[in-house]
Amino acid sequence: MKTRRKGIFGRILKQLAPYKFWVAGALLFATVTVAGTLAVPIFFGRIIDMITEPGQIDLRGICAEFIKTGAAIAVTCLSQWLMGVINDHIAYNAVADIRREAFEKIQRLPLAFLDGHSVGDIVGRVVADVEQFSEGLLMGFTQLFTGVLTIAGTLGVMLYINWVIALIVFVLTPLSLLVAKFISGRTYSMFRETSEVRGEQTAFIDEMIGNVKVVQAFSHEDENLEKFDAVNKRLTKVSVKSVFFSSLVNPCTRFLNSLVYAAVALAGALMLVNGTPLPVAFSVGILTSLLSYANQYAKPFNEISGVVAELQNAIACAGRIYEVIDQPAETPDLPSAESLGRARGDVELKNVYFSYSPAKSLISDVCVKAEAGRRIAIVGSTGCGKTTLINLLMRFYDPVSGEISVDGKNILNVKRQSLRSNFAMVLQDVWIKSGTVRQNIALGKPDATEEEVIKAAKAADAHNFIMQLPQGYNTVLSEDGGNLSQGQKQLLCITRVMLAVPPMLILDEATSSIDTRTEMRIQNAFGKLMEGRTCFIVAHRLSTVQNSDLILVMDDGRIVERGTHKELLALNGFYAELFNSRFKENRQTAVSEIKK
Amino acid sequence: MRKLLKYLKNYRAQAVTAPLFKFIEACFELFVPVIVAAIIDNGVTGGRGTGYIVYACLILIALGFAGLAASVSAQYFAARAAVGFSEELRRDLFRKMQSLPYGCADELGTPKMITRITSDVNQLQSGVNLVLRLFMRSPFIVFGATAMAFAISAVAGGIFALSVGALFIIVFAVMFVCVPLYKKAQSRLDGVTTVTRESLTGARVIRAFCKEDDEISEFRYRNGNLKKSQIFVGKISALTNPLTYAIVNVTIIVLLYTGAVQVGEGVLTQGKVIALYNYMSQILVELIKLANLIITVTKSFASAGRISEVLEMQKTLISGEPAAGEVFKGAGAEVEFVNVCANYNGGEVNALDGISFTAESGQTIGIIGGTGSGKTTLVNLIPHFYDAVSGEVLVNGINVNRIGDEKLRESCGIVPQRAVLFEGTLRENIRWGKNDATDEEIMQAIKTAQAEEVVASKPSGLDERVEQGGKNFSGGQRQRLTIARALVKKPKILILDDSASALDYATDAALNASLEKLDYRPTVFIVSQRTSSIRRADKILVLDGGKLVGTGTHEQLLKDCALYREIHFSQFPEEDGNENPA
Repeated sequence: MKTRRKGIFGRILKQLAPYKFWVAGALLFATVTVAGTLAVPIFFGRIIDMITEPGQIDLRGICAEFIKTGAAIAVTCLSQWLMGVINDHIAYNAVADIRREAFEKIQRLPLAFLDGHSVGDIVGRVVADVEQFSEGLLMGFTQLFTGVLTIAGTLGVMLYINWVIALIVFVLTPLSLLVAKFISGRTYSMFRETSEVRGEQTAFIDEMIGNVKVVQAFSHEDENLEKFDAVNKRLTKVSVKSVFFSSLVNPCTRFLNSLVYAAVALAGALMLVNGTPLPVAFSVGILTSLLSYANQYAKPFNEISGVVAELQNAIACAGRIYEVIDQPAETPDLPSAESLGRARGDVELKNVYFSYSPAKSLISDVCVKAEAGRRIAIVGSTGCGKTTLINLLMRFYDPVSGEISVDGKNILNVKRQSLRSNFAMVLQDVWIKSGTVRQNIALGKPDATEEEVIKAAKAADAHNFIMQLPQGYNTVLSEDGGNLSQGQKQLLCITRVMLAVPPMLILDEATSSIDTRTEMRIQNAFGKLMEGRTCFIVAHRLSTVQNSDLILVMDDGRIVERGTHKELLALNGFYAELFNSRFKENRQTAVSEIKK
Repeated sequence: MRKLLKYLKNYRAQAVTAPLFKFIEACFELFVPVIVAAIIDNGVTGGRGTGYIVYACLILIALGFAGLAASVSAQYFAARAAVGFSEELRRDLFRKMQSLPYGCADELGTPKMITRITSDVNQLQSGVNLVLRLFMRSPFIVFGATAMAFAISAVAGGIFALSVGALFIIVFAVMFVCVPLYKKAQSRLDGVTTVTRESLTGARVIRAFCKEDDEISEFRYRNGNLKKSQIFVGKISALTNPLTYAIVNVTIIVLLYTGAVQVGEGVLTQGKVIALYNYMSQILVELIKLANLIITVTKSFASAGRISEVLEMQKTLISGEPAAGEVFKGAGAEVEFVNVCANYNGGEVNALDGISFTAESGQTIGIIGGTGSGKTTLVNLIPHFYDAVSGEVLVNGINVNRIGDEKLRESCGIVPQRAVLFEGTLRENIRWGKNDATDEEIMQAIKTAQAEEVVASKPSGLDERVEQGGKNFSGGQRQRLTIARALVKKPKILILDDSASALDYATDAALNASLEKLDYRPTVFIVSQRTSSIRRADKILVLDGGKLVGTGTHEQLLKDCALYREIHFSQFPEEDGNENPA
């Protein structure tokens, strides 16, 4: 753990290396700022000492002091501003660097990593964790630095001026820290209770507002409101407590501060009247400076206690980000890798094995030969390895052993881009990019003309529903496709492929969320599309695969049967069983009803 | 925001006392510099000695105590008022959201609705709390200090006023410039988030289309823009501290100079000059607090705006009074559509276009058609979830918008497309249909819905807990239970919106058979993608792109309706004598 943390520190330092001069500048200006803020009250104290009795005031002397003070103020202001600007520069640049590195890495990460992490998790790292890191570490660091410097400086100056009063301040100030800590310790449990009740309420809101249509359909609004009221009342009760108690920190620390202030005033004034036991000169002006220090002394303490927790959090955040950035990327294309150009579309898999871990093999000994233009269907129950096979074809994953070749070239020796651009792919999980409908369709062919887009949409049976959208092809879709139904989103994705058709086609459960008739229509369009192209079709609806040239039946990562629909039915094996179980009851009800 | 103030009405006393106590605390604080001045002028230079000094310091401590008491009370009242405010607001918002017509709910989207009632209300609560606590205190200290300065010396007071004015201008000018810039930065951050999320959800598609480099350059562009706007706003907001610091300290110089002159003339004392110095320091601290407060308040205003938007959403459903002689009777229900058109939020093409048909009481109507053909829209018009753009939807001869939504929906049993159950017991879930349903009634509905074995398979039967969303039941089980929920109220009109999709053909057929046997003979609407679910219906409506392209029985449609035939044979290729279309 410790070494890990050290590692992260090293990593952070490396990240900041390009900004080392900026960092040095920030530290320098921070020091100047602290020194300036500490010096100014002393100057003022000195001036106050010169304002004594009527008739004895040396205005010219005072003015001379003013010039010095003014210079100090000017320097302080300037360095304060520069410090702020430099901090921002470092922080925002570092954040942008980290985010960019992370994003670029994500594009190159093996899909196995992305599949193993939830989207929310990775987005959280790139956005929120980086933010936390910059605020906690970069901003926190300068706060900590100036805070410590201010405390040490104040203490030093006070000790130098009057150690008795310095001691009073030094002893009493931490009291306010203790009180603050005490209160926040007490309120912690109240906050937890509040957030529990709030969570309960949010869950209820989520459930009822999320399904508000059902609620209305059953006129269940009043019952809901009753339940809501009950939770709401409880929430109020606990929130009042937690809000109130947590808001006590400021009044209490302010009170303690006023005690310190009174103590300094008392001690200082008594020393002025009765003379000091100390060998140092003491004056009204000096007392004024001390009082203003006493007022400011508690502030950095409060800040620092917050910063330390932030820092720890920031390091944890940095750890999570670097976990992504330092992840090994996809093995790069071999230097000898060649480009396929436009492939003919002969695909062959020879003794292909794949697994994540040696213990469980996902694909075993798969051999398939697909000549250009052939239609290959892959069927089998969930988890049999259908999708994994597709992942291997696209080189999302690389086989553990065996060889996959396109046009006789081992795909490991082919540039990934060139391989992938020879495949078109429609997946079950539809993906809509935020942007207009047109942009989404033209994803694979950004320079497509309006006619081409509409033609593709008509071919995919998507034109009608697109025209129903408020702005037709210019309707802006949000990230997840907004109000489009699953089927409509799938139609858009199919249109996308219709627009740009490479020599090989992969349909991975592409039509599972579309009704049978639309599917048939698309099937016709797909039929045209598939002509002369090598196709791999994964489907659970057997009706969609029946007229493939070759059907591969997979079970547990192996091909257990192969042949055409008729051959496989005649074989009366796994496929026949699968086919009958899906269609038996279907056919029976149909037949029995017709007889009636 | 002003419209939301009514939620403070019940907490008027607290909302007034909290700032009042803050005001009192501020007064106590304002006395401190005067007393310090007295200590110096009377105790130290005036020679009134130790006793006086101790006495004055005790007063300082007493002021501290009094301030503590006042501010603790203020915090309490502020907490009470702010939390009470949000309680009532949240309640109203929840009620409003529940009553929004489908159209509004579609437009707003549930995630947005949920954020508004949770985080926006919370944001507003802390805004109200802070305003009650600080909005009086900070300005009061600022102006009070100025007033005290005037009391000490008119010249000093004038200098204070000028300086406070300058401070205000700077703090507000910086804020005025920065707040919109922050908003811009925030929306750019949202853009960065979106690109990141998309690149993950679409990783396969992006790689399949070889779009990695495009994604990277889009990200770089957005990321760079975000950085630029952050650094830019940073440069401006970094001005606040140095500028205010400069103004305050320059003011102190001026104060000390005029003070020195006035002390020289015997008008002022040294202690009073110190008091002026102390007041100036107080002003700076409070002004910064005030600036932070204003940022929070602006954020709350944004939240308040979003909340008001929901609260002010108009109920857009038409609700007319029944005409003379129109009495909506419970018994039997015939449904008639007369040339009905429907449209979602102004789309170019109507979702339903010129639909006319009649469903006699007790009939079963099947509705079939492709994705987006308007099936769901059609059935949603019957319980008046949406208004028809033109034409009339009639139940028992009365236009649905004149029946009264509650009465109308009371007689409808609806099984939505998405089978949702709610947290609670099975019994509670079924009772959504009828609050006082007996176990016998419940079991009967469950039996009709072919869900008996679902209940039997659970150890606690009807007392079985349903987790949120019904996660502990399979899709098919949930569908049957939602059917039972609709049946338990013995509706006059039963609407099944593709609600048997997860059932196998045999169960589906059994369900249809038992629906036919219901003794109260509801008018049944079955939306389905399968011809097998609706082939026995008295009338089948075939929809295509919002238009009615066929009406009739299964046999008639097989003869007359090309589309119906196409759908049917896509599912039952073996019945098709001529060719195999698959």
